[in-house]
Amino acid sequence: MKGNEAIGEAAVCAGCLNYFAYPITPQSEVAEYLSRRLPEVGGTFLQGESEVAVSYMLFGASAAGERVFTTSSSPGISLMAEGMSYLSGAQLPVVIVNIVRGGPGLGGILPAQSDYMQAVKGAGHGDYHVLVLAPAGVQEAVDLTIDAFTLAERYSNPVLILGDGMIGQMMEPVEFPDPETIPPPQPRPWATTGMKDRRQNLIRSLFLSPDSLEYNNMHLRAKYDAMERDEVRYESYHAERKMDVLIVAYGTMARICKTAVDVLREQGLKVGLVRPISLYPYPMQVVHEAAQKAKDVLVVELSTGQMVEDVHHAVAGSRPVHFFGKTGGNIPPPDRIADEVRKLLVKKPGKSRKTGRKS
Amino acid sequence: MRTIFEKPDALTDKITHYCPGCTHGVIHRLVAESLDELGLRERTVGIAPVGCAVLAYHYFNTDFQEAAHGRAAALATGAKRVRPDLILFTYQGDGDLASIGMAETIHACNRGEKITTIFVNNAVYGMTGGQMAPTTMPGQVTTTSPAGRDVAECGQPIRMAEVLSQIKTPGYIARVAVHTPAHIVKAKRCIKQAFKYQAEGRCYSLVECLSTCPTNWGMTPIESIKWVEETMMPYYPLGVKRTPDEGEGG
Amino acid sequence: MRHEVMFAGFGGQGIMLIGQMLAYAGMNEGKQAVWLPSYGPEMRGGTAYCIVQVSDDPIGSPVVANPMNAAVMNRPSLDKFGPEVKPGGLLLINSSLIPDTSKRTDISILNVGCNQIANEEGTGKAANMVILGALIGATKMVKPKSIEDMIEYQFGKKGKRKLVDINIRIFNRGLDIGKTSVKDRK
Ligand SMILES: Cc1ncc(C[n+]2csc(CCOP(=O)(O)OP(=O)(O)O)c2C)c(N)n1
Ligand code: SF4
Repeated sequence: MKGNEAIGEAAVCAGCLNYFAYPITPQSEVAEYLSRRLPEVGGTFLQGESEVAVSYMLFGASAAGERVFTTSSSPGISLMAEGMSYLSGAQLPVVIVNIVRGGPGLGGILPAQSDYMQAVKGAGHGDYHVLVLAPAGVQEAVDLTIDAFTLAERYSNPVLILGDGMIGQMMEPVEFPDPETIPPPQPRPWATTGMKDRRQNLIRSLFLSPDSLEYNNMHLRAKYDAMERDEVRYESYHAERKMDVLIVAYGTMARICKTAVDVLREQGLKVGLVRPISLYPYPMQVVHEAAQKAKDVLVVELSTGQMVEDVHHAVAGSRPVHFFGKTGGNIPPPDRIADEVRKLLVKKPGKSRKTGRKS
Repeated sequence: MRTIFEKPDALTDKITHYCPGCTHGVIHRLVAESLDELGLRERTVGIAPVGCAVLAYHYFNTDFQEAAHGRAAALATGAKRVRPDLILFTYQGDGDLASIGMAETIHACNRGEKITTIFVNNAVYGMTGGQMAPTTMPGQVTTTSPAGRDVAECGQPIRMAEVLSQIKTPGYIARVAVHTPAHIVKAKRCIKQAFKYQAEGRCYSLVECLSTCPTNWGMTPIESIKWVEETMMPYYPLGVKRTPDEGEGG
Repeated sequence: MRHEVMFAGFGGQGIMLIGQMLAYAGMNEGKQAVWLPSYGPEMRGGTAYCIVQVSDDPIGSPVVANPMNAAVMNRPSLDKFGPEVKPGGLLLINSSLIPDTSKRTDISILNVGCNQIANEEGTGKAANMVILGALIGATKMVKPKSIEDMIEYQFGKKGKRKLVDINIRIFNRGLDIGKTSVKDRK
């Protein structure tokens, strides 16, 4: 199945039958797929007039007690940034998928990883985080999308799936879990469903008194702490033993790096990979510990250097951190990554090893 | 030798990327001819939309700005307010103007910005592959309305020219078609008039052009022309909807 | 065992379709498969291409810069991707539309008159099936039967029995060319 369609079906499988969206390349196939699929299962499909409107349609639907989701791509996500701030402040569970394309501005429509900062550091205003998961293939996109609904409800918080154009367009075999095994939607006693026989339910992000706003923000902070404790996800590939070079990469780029690791290991080079799956919360500890086993760390991204900042943070100066990035939709093949790793290996000892930033 | 036909100065020599049978190209030409005839080319700034005409800046021999999706009228407002001597035109599709850019469009019109908008209504989102537009006809099949536009769910197609003629601020609003030579002649008259009003500093002007999209309608160019005639025109009546001389919208 | 192939040609030649059919055929044999298309503005008129990998083991990188096999259906594709084939690999060239061939000596080259053969069988539109057949014949990437099943599925679902038969026939002609070429090389 094509990645975009698989994501649509994953949501249906997770029991989310409500979808609002605005078309944008390279993910319009999700909307096209669901415009056929949702009516079959009695769901709601609506093409909104803009991504701004869509983000508030999510607000309304989630606050009214239903599972809801949307998909978009970078320029559209920028327009949803305002909504994400309100959704987070009002603590509403929603799932948002970003099939990232190149920016800034209109940029291009080819795969990119240049929305890491936007996703992880907060696109909108205020003290908030969304939980961010980054799949590396179509099957994982399905699995993470399904999990996202449960996570969104567990934390009453938006969850963002950060994919890229490759995941959206690529076709791979996928298996959908038996819907019976998927946790059912959590009850939402706080939802605005009419106040018969109960007190008013109010969904809001406005807290005018300093103490009540601080209370709300501290409550959000406590949720983020819990996420950082319990929701860190990553994959470690040959990164348990001593290495010459540790590669850190996420998403489809990590998959390409994995092949590069195989190529290099066949040649007897000690190379490993850590692939963060949750980008927020970031696997700080894991990256730190893996880096201790390596002489050098190489971060590879389809950007001019975004996640590398978190790797610096994790490694905290204990190892040299190098960066290799490509943008514009140019995707480096495994051999290109292998070359970058070899460059680090032939470096003469004693020569200063500053963080290299190339693109 | 006597030249009897030539390319307007306001168009470049580039070959357009528009599909065969698409009338975007005709509309480009009418805009260019109008600018030439009114002698406005050298002080004109075009605003490109996000849509099939995003590359319009390659085809027009004028300065250009490229807007975010739907925001063309705001860019034009900004430029015109700080440089009233410039001639500003936006060139927008129906998704760009009537969906995501509705607010910018209505407010620019309501403020009476002295800009000209060329609105290309082809009843579909062309660039992104044929999704439903606010102007999609009832029952029309698109990639996001696979069972045909259901007006109970999505409302009736928006008649932008009529919507904007409700606004009381003086303005020039017209709807034209460009699928036959006779219609092209009339369309040219309206487009030229629109720029004239701007050049005179009179008012906001918008010309809605019924346009074809054979690619996403899944039709041949000939079938597309028939479809404009038989399906679009009855719902989207042509004509000048409002002139700045009328006080009230009608 | 992992097979990889790049199909390239212009939009409308059915490049994406044969790529998908191959990926599905591999999947139906219980193998891992990835189909990665080129997408975007270059699709209109320009070259369209896709990469398919079929493997017994999980597939790492979906991107392949130097494929083991490439099938090019028009001139620009030959110019663009001919030099990229891995040494020792196989390059299939649609000689109906590409009069000259690749000068490389470090790969196997198979010139196939795809449009001609398809025309002989009654539909020039199925030139893509010839190249797909030749590829399968030469590489045994998947079982021919699996492709035939896909043809059945693809055209049969539209109730086009006749199309199914023609496409299978055309596919088999390509298949024979592919098989013979391997024998010749031995
Ligand atoms: C914020 C944002 N959302 C979505 C898009 C994707 N997009 C590009 S063009 C377009 C619509 C084009 O349709 P229309 O305006 O009718 O023009 P046409 O292509 O038909 O001429 C969309 C939705 C975008 N570029 N930016
Ligand atoms: S997709 Fe439609 S609107 Fe766009 S260039 Fe082609 S015919 Fe014209």
